[in-house]
Formats: sequence, structure tokens, C-alpha cells
Amino acid sequence: MWAYIARRSIQALFTLLIITVLCFILTRLSADPLAQYATNPNMSAADKAALRERLGLNQPMPVQYLKWLGLALQGDLGNSFFSKQPVAEMISQRLPNTLKLMFTYEIITIIISLFLGILSAVRQYSMLDNVITTFSFIGFSMPIFFIALGAMLIFAVKFKEWGFPYLPTGADIWDPKDPIEYIKHMILPVSCLVIIGTAGYARFIRTSVLEVLGQDYVRTARAKGLSNRVVLYKHALRNAALPLVTIIGLDIPGLLGGALVTESVYAWPGMGRLFWEYAQRGDFPVVLGILLITSSAVVVFTIITDVVYTFVDPRIRLT
Amino acid sequence: MSSESLASDIAILKTEIIAPPLTPQQLILRRFSKHRLAIWGMVGFGLLLLFIIVGSILVTDKKANEVDLMARLSPPNQLHWMGTDSTGRDIFARMIHGGQISLIVGFLSVIFSVSVGAVVGGVAAYYGGWVDTVLMRFTEAMLSIPSLFLLIVLGKYLGKDVQTITVFGHSYSGSVAIVIVVIGATSWMYLARIVRANVLSLREMDYISASKSLGASDVRIFFRHLIPNTMGAIIVSSTLGLAGAILNEAYVSFLGLGVQPPTASWGNMLTSAQSFIQRGAWWMWVFPSLFIIITILCINLIGDGLRDAFDPRSTRNL
Repeated sequence: MWAYIARRSIQALFTLLIITVLCFILTRLSADPLAQYATNPNMSAADKAALRERLGLNQPMPVQYLKWLGLALQGDLGNSFFSKQPVAEMISQRLPNTLKLMFTYEIITIIISLFLGILSAVRQYSMLDNVITTFSFIGFSMPIFFIALGAMLIFAVKFKEWGFPYLPTGADIWDPKDPIEYIKHMILPVSCLVIIGTAGYARFIRTSVLEVLGQDYVRTARAKGLSNRVVLYKHALRNAALPLVTIIGLDIPGLLGGALVTESVYAWPGMGRLFWEYAQRGDFPVVLGILLITSSAVVVFTIITDVVYTFVDPRIRLT
Repeated sequence: MSSESLASDIAILKTEIIAPPLTPQQLILRRFSKHRLAIWGMVGFGLLLLFIIVGSILVTDKKANEVDLMARLSPPNQLHWMGTDSTGRDIFARMIHGGQISLIVGFLSVIFSVSVGAVVGGVAAYYGGWVDTVLMRFTEAMLSIPSLFLLIVLGKYLGKDVQTITVFGHSYSGSVAIVIVVIGATSWMYLARIVRANVLSLREMDYISASKSLGASDVRIFFRHLIPNTMGAIIVSSTLGLAGAILNEAYVSFLGLGVQPPTASWGNMLTSAQSFIQRGAWWMWVFPSLFIIITILCINLIGDGLRDAFDPRSTRNL
């Protein structure tokens, strides 16, 4: 077990190294970080060269990379070119907003899809199952911005027009410190995310419940005369929930990155929007910082998920 | 019992006994044709292709890019069946030509990603050792970066300078080619893993040792034996990958990093819809979204049918 964790961790370090090189090349070369000064009449060419020198942008790429990596390992992700703030500080300001949004979404999604998935598995091929399956197929095929824009059109724009109580779009200025305002602004983005998320999860739960229900030990339990309820909740569900552990474990790091499109549409001050805003400006320290944090989280959580899995499913031995 | 019916019974029996067993391909085809939803998906996708092909013959791409500021933001009417956008371009015509672009981007980027995925996965499994280690770490690194972030960063990286390309007398924004590369380069990883796993088990099979001992070269074994035998997995995952590619095109174009206007794509039509939806221009949002959803839905249904058909464990409907 410990040998396994140690080996996986060494592999993970190697993977992380590749990630940093890859991200550095892509972000550093994708845009000129000083592009924002290109049209500034107060900056002469000499000023720009001096600035480039001061920021270390004129050094060879490998040197820049090693310097960035050295600082990043000490927790210093550099400063944003645009806002001049330290990247770590910017991220820590945005992270709580994203986590609140994403964890609310994840919890609601899991509850609803457990309910729907079990229901449609137990009543396989019934009318209800067909309806749920159809909806999950449609939800699965839907880009999130379709729902995000549609919900905004109906519940924010049209409801306001019709004189109904309407939800805020995010385009208006609001105070994130006011808890009621905060929740009001959360309703639409969370609902959109839940609709899309439920489609995938419910389908997944249905499949894994069906798989377990067809197994011999479930038949044995039924043959013993146990009620359907006991068979389902005491015997089947425990095993059906196992694959869910993997899926949730692999989804959690993704929550950190936020929901880029949804956050942008609803102007939610989270990580996804931060990434998008600064990616557009070519502000590479910010973009790199976010990439580093989210992908490290993915790498770490993959190992954690594998280890946790051995606790919930003792049949699996890590070697 | 009349002798006639007896004769026909014998004839049936004969054909049943004598008929050669179905080949694996025939079995797959039979399983697929029994999958009702997949057939509906095929019908839907066929209609969609018909709409785009016939449409692009009837409606020129000039019409799709024609600006008419007098008629801007007009709701659907007899002249403009799906209304017009913020510069008065006809949405119906743009749906046709945008669909063309979206599907071309989808198909080509799947071909790109399947080729990369099959080669990376196949090479990693076949050679093993440090080749495998390096390639799989790289695959894992790519998989660990959130996919939308990767799309954006790569899109920014490749989309620095965009030229216009001319194909068959039609000029397209060079961004189309970039989008294909961006989507292809960010979606080969799952397939690489599937192919690797398949080849790992195939490598140990007797017929591979046999052809090796007969002196077949690595390249021959790779393309003649290993790849054809993982074809099922490749077909299924590329069908589902096509749905993903079209969806990804919509995402990057929606974010303004994909296909650049005036060349239409379903994704970039929605970009402009975003700013006008607050003013109630629902048609700018409904039609492109609807077409994207229907396309993805049909392809996903086909993919689901193919998966059941190729998977020998799913014996239902046989």
C-alpha cells in the first residue's frame, strides 16, 4: 500500500513536471504580455525594453521557465501584468466563490441523480425510465451555454418584462457580502450546472445499479425472501455506489477550476471567469497559476481516489 | 399437412442449416440495426446532412454573409425564416453554412485525434518500456489539465495570426483549420488509453507471435493486425468523439476563440446571441442551439448503438 502510494507519487511528480513545461510553453508564447502597452502613447520603445528587462522577459525561455518554477515551488506565482496583484492572492480571493458555487452544484446533482438513477434502474424500460433516459440523453448533448442563456432570457429578462419576481442576471452591480443577494445570484448558475450534471450522473448511476441488480448475490438475497427494499438499499446500492466514488473523486478537482462558461455568462466572480478574463489579455502569470493549481489538484485527487477506493471496496488490492 | 408446405419447411430448414454462419461484421450490423434509438439517430443525422447539403446548393454562401443593416435583428418572417442577426444577416442561410463548417470541423478534428490517439496508444503498448512510460505520462499530463482551459490556451497559442484560406473558390477564415488542430490535439488522450489497453492484450496473442516468427515487420504487424483488431473501440470512441468535437467547436467559437466571423459556425452564431439575448432576440439563440443539440443527440445515439453492437457481452436483441 505505502509502496504503491510512493510509486504513484513519483509518477505524479513526473507528470506534474510535464504539465508545467507544457503550460509554460503554451501560455508564455501565446501572447505578448506587454501587448496592453502597445498603443500607449506615454511609453517609448526604450521604456518598453526597460520594462521587458525588469520583468525578465528578455531572458531565454528555459531560464524564464526555471525561474518561474523555482518561485512557484516556494508558493510565489508571480504578479499579474494587468492588475499588478500577486497571482496567489487573486486566486485566493476568487476560490471561495467558485467553491461555494461548485460544491452546492455537486451536492444537489448527486442527490437528484441518485434519486433519478435508482428510480429508472428499478423500473427499467418503464415509461418513467424512458422519460428519464430521454432527458439525460438530451441533457448530455446540450452545451451549457444553451441552458445558461435560455434561463437568463426567461427568468431574468422576460420575467422582468412580464412583471414577475425575476432573478438577477449578473450584469448588474451587486454586493457579494450581502448573503441574500449572494444566494439570489447563485440560483440560476447552480440550476444550469445541475441540469447538465444530473444528465450524466443519473445515466451513470442507472447503469451501475442495473449491473449490480443482475448479479447472483442479489438473486440470492431475493431468493431468501428479503423485501425489495432491503435488497436494493442494503445489498445492491452499496456495490452500485462504488464506481460513483471514482467519478466523484475525479470530479472534485474539476470543481476548483470552476465553470468557465457559466461563470462568464452570469458574471460570477470565480476561478473560471478569472482564467477567461486573463487568458484573453495574455496575462500569463495568472493563467499559468490557475493551470498549475487545477491540474495539480487533478493529479493529487487521482491518487487519493485510487487509495480511497481500496477502503470502500476491500476486494481491490493495490500493488 | 400438404406436401407443398412440407417442401417449403424443408427449404427453410435447409437454408438455416446450410447458410454459412454470420461473420462478425454481419453480427455487428444485425445488432446495430436492432437498436431502435440508434436507427433514429441515423435518420436524424441523415436528415441533418440532407438539410446542409441541399441547403448549400440552394443558398449560396454569399447570401449567408450578406449584411443588411435595415433588416437587423428582425424576428422570423417570410423573408427571413429564422430571423436576422445583429448585422442583418439571414440566420437560415447562416445555419446551413455554419452547419457545414461545424460538421467539417467535427469530422476533421476527429480524424486528427483518432490518428494521434491510435498511434500514441499503439506505439506505447507495442514497444513498452521507457517509450510507454514517456508517452503515457504525457497523455496523463494532457488529461490532467481541465479540457476547456487546454482548449483556450491552445486556441490562443495557435490563433495568433489568422489568414484566409481558399478552398474550391470559397474563402474561409483560416481559423477553421486552427480550430480543427486545437480540438484534435486536445481530445486524443482517451483513445490513446483505450488503444493502449487493447494492444497490450493483443500483443500476447498467438497470431502476433506467428506473424513475428514469419518475419513480419513491426509496421506491418501494427497496421495489419493490431489496429484492425482494435477497430471496434476506435469506431465507437470516434463516433462519441465526433459529438464531443462538435460540442467543443461550439464552446471555443462561443468564447470567440474558434471560427472567426464572417465565416459562420453554429458556435460563433451563439457568441453574438449572448449580447442580444438581453434585448429579447430569442431567435439568435434558439436556432443554432437547437441544431447543435439535435446533431449531438443523434451522434450520441448512433455511438450508443455502435457500442452495444461492438460489445460481444451485450447479447440483448440478438
